[in-house]
Amino acid sequence: MENHLSLLLVVIPLIAAPIVAILPRGRLPWAAALIVTLLCAVLASMQLWTVLYGGVISYELGGWAPPWGIEYRIDAVNALVALVVAGIAAITLPYALLSVEKEIPEHQIPLFYSAMLLCLAGLLGITQTGDIFNVFVFLEISSLSSYALISLGKNRQALTSAYQYLVMGTIGATFFLIGVGLIYSQTGTLNMQDLANLLPEVFHTKTVSTGFAFIIIGIALKLALFPLHLWLPNAYTYAPSVVTIFLAATATKVALYVMLRVLFIVFPHSFSFATPTEELFIVAGMSGIIIASIYAIYQEDVKRLLAYSSVAQIGYMVLGIGFSSALGVTATLIHLFNHALMKGALFMAVGAIIYRIGRCRIGDIHGLGKQMPWTFGAIIIGGLSLIGVPGTAGFISKWYLVSAALDKEAWIAAGVILVGSLIAMVYIGKIIEALYFKPASDSGRLVKEAPLLLLLPTWVLVLANIYFGLNTELTVGVAEKAVAILRVMDT
Amino acid sequence: MDYFFGHYNYWVVIFLMMVGLYTVISRGNLIKKIIGLNIFQVSVFLLYINMGTLEGGAAPIIAEGVALYSNPLPHVLILTAIVVGVATTALALALVVRIKEAYGTIEEDEIHRQDHSL
Repeated sequence: MENHLSLLLVVIPLIAAPIVAILPRGRLPWAAALIVTLLCAVLASMQLWTVLYGGVISYELGGWAPPWGIEYRIDAVNALVALVVAGIAAITLPYALLSVEKEIPEHQIPLFYSAMLLCLAGLLGITQTGDIFNVFVFLEISSLSSYALISLGKNRQALTSAYQYLVMGTIGATFFLIGVGLIYSQTGTLNMQDLANLLPEVFHTKTVSTGFAFIIIGIALKLALFPLHLWLPNAYTYAPSVVTIFLAATATKVALYVMLRVLFIVFPHSFSFATPTEELFIVAGMSGIIIASIYAIYQEDVKRLLAYSSVAQIGYMVLGIGFSSALGVTATLIHLFNHALMKGALFMAVGAIIYRIGRCRIGDIHGLGKQMPWTFGAIIIGGLSLIGVPGTAGFISKWYLVSAALDKEAWIAAGVILVGSLIAMVYIGKIIEALYFKPASDSGRLVKEAPLLLLLPTWVLVLANIYFGLNTELTVGVAEKAVAILRVMDT
Repeated sequence: MDYFFGHYNYWVVIFLMMVGLYTVISRGNLIKKIIGLNIFQVSVFLLYINMGTLEGGAAPIIAEGVALYSNPLPHVLILTAIVVGVATTALALALVVRIKEAYGTIEEDEIHRQDHSL
């Protein structure tokens, strides 16, 4: 059983997806998808447990020995990311039932859950595989299903934003493919571990440097790294609430994981940071934090505001990589985990508002805080976590990031992190002001609190934000183990 | 010169790549963008196929008297990438159909104008 864990995580949702698509209408597709995601979450936790206490899992697909066959190689890094993906999926699915019934036409619901499972299979596949071409295939499985999911949004802008994401996503994936081809032409292997062994001999060739550049830019597009983020705000704004929650909490995280794996395992740290990667990441990260946060302040749509904030948060994670130190990458991994919790909670709370009033522009939500106290509470705590107030998960991320910056004597970067938090206070304040301090625009409107089925998953994530803000044993422990595996050197 | 002509197949790849990418960026018509995207992807397929071929190499089937074989792996990889490309194109075309239904146009400028005049 333990040996097959890594494969089952991918195969179960992949096989379940077409089955869910042909189930009769009603709540059956949802129930089936729920069971699959819960199963995946259990398997992912078992996998992380096995890896933490038993060491690396290597699974040979079809019994073909690597480097010829495809190998699934699980260590603390991808076990953590797989748990984030599967866990968020398992928390999102109970939430999905009511929200999806409200936002998606009935005849499309089985297909919706089918696409959702495909997306989950793709994302989990990226984390599990040890073969770099396989990463491309899973990347496209998850991307194609997310384009379809985004296009299901109610507004017609959902279609154009899905199209825009499709064009940019495909360019990104194709860049990745070019890069993989170039390094394959020099080494003749696609297995990541094998690449790590063979690449040092050909480092001096221009082909390898070019391939490296293509791969980094390709992933940066998928990651929505600051100047390449244009697809993200539209996609998150117009997608159905459930899709926004799931993608915001997982898709960019998985792309970030691929980035880490390429920067530190496929190419060793010494090579990656002999190129201008370090400067690139620090500059892109810092400008992303400041500019995207400022953009967020001026947004009139709450979902769009949070989407821009996501771009800024990706800036923090990339900045952590840019520090090129063990502490910096630890901060990146911790923030990867924590950001999934806080953005998941915030988008869920916003989804609950949309469930009740159908819109979420700042002007529409005036005074709602008093009528939906639990949703409002979730936004407050999620927001505080986003700002980085002590006692929340966000504080732990910021703490590690700032320590990494100070450790590298990067005073400007440390300043930028703090200024970013201040700006976050402004835009979160804007939402809270509208929800609580503004008088309701039409005072006769009576809005009921969101149903329990929406509130429960939201509060699970909200409480997780507090729990991981107080008890850092799991996050920091796993992140430190992961950094050891990534062989980050302190320069 | 020898370097230039000796690698002519790669120049073709680069030319196609740039044509495709330029089309995606510069054209406002959504269908033309997809065509550009396709050319861009096909150039990458060619890149892989070129890598796998060997001058005078035979198809990778063991036979007597043959010493040189082409590398089949890049070709197989590209089969997968072609499938992905077809799926992407199909999805993109489906989206364009839906966009045409919703906006009555597939010109980017016109779509932007309609969205902002709301």
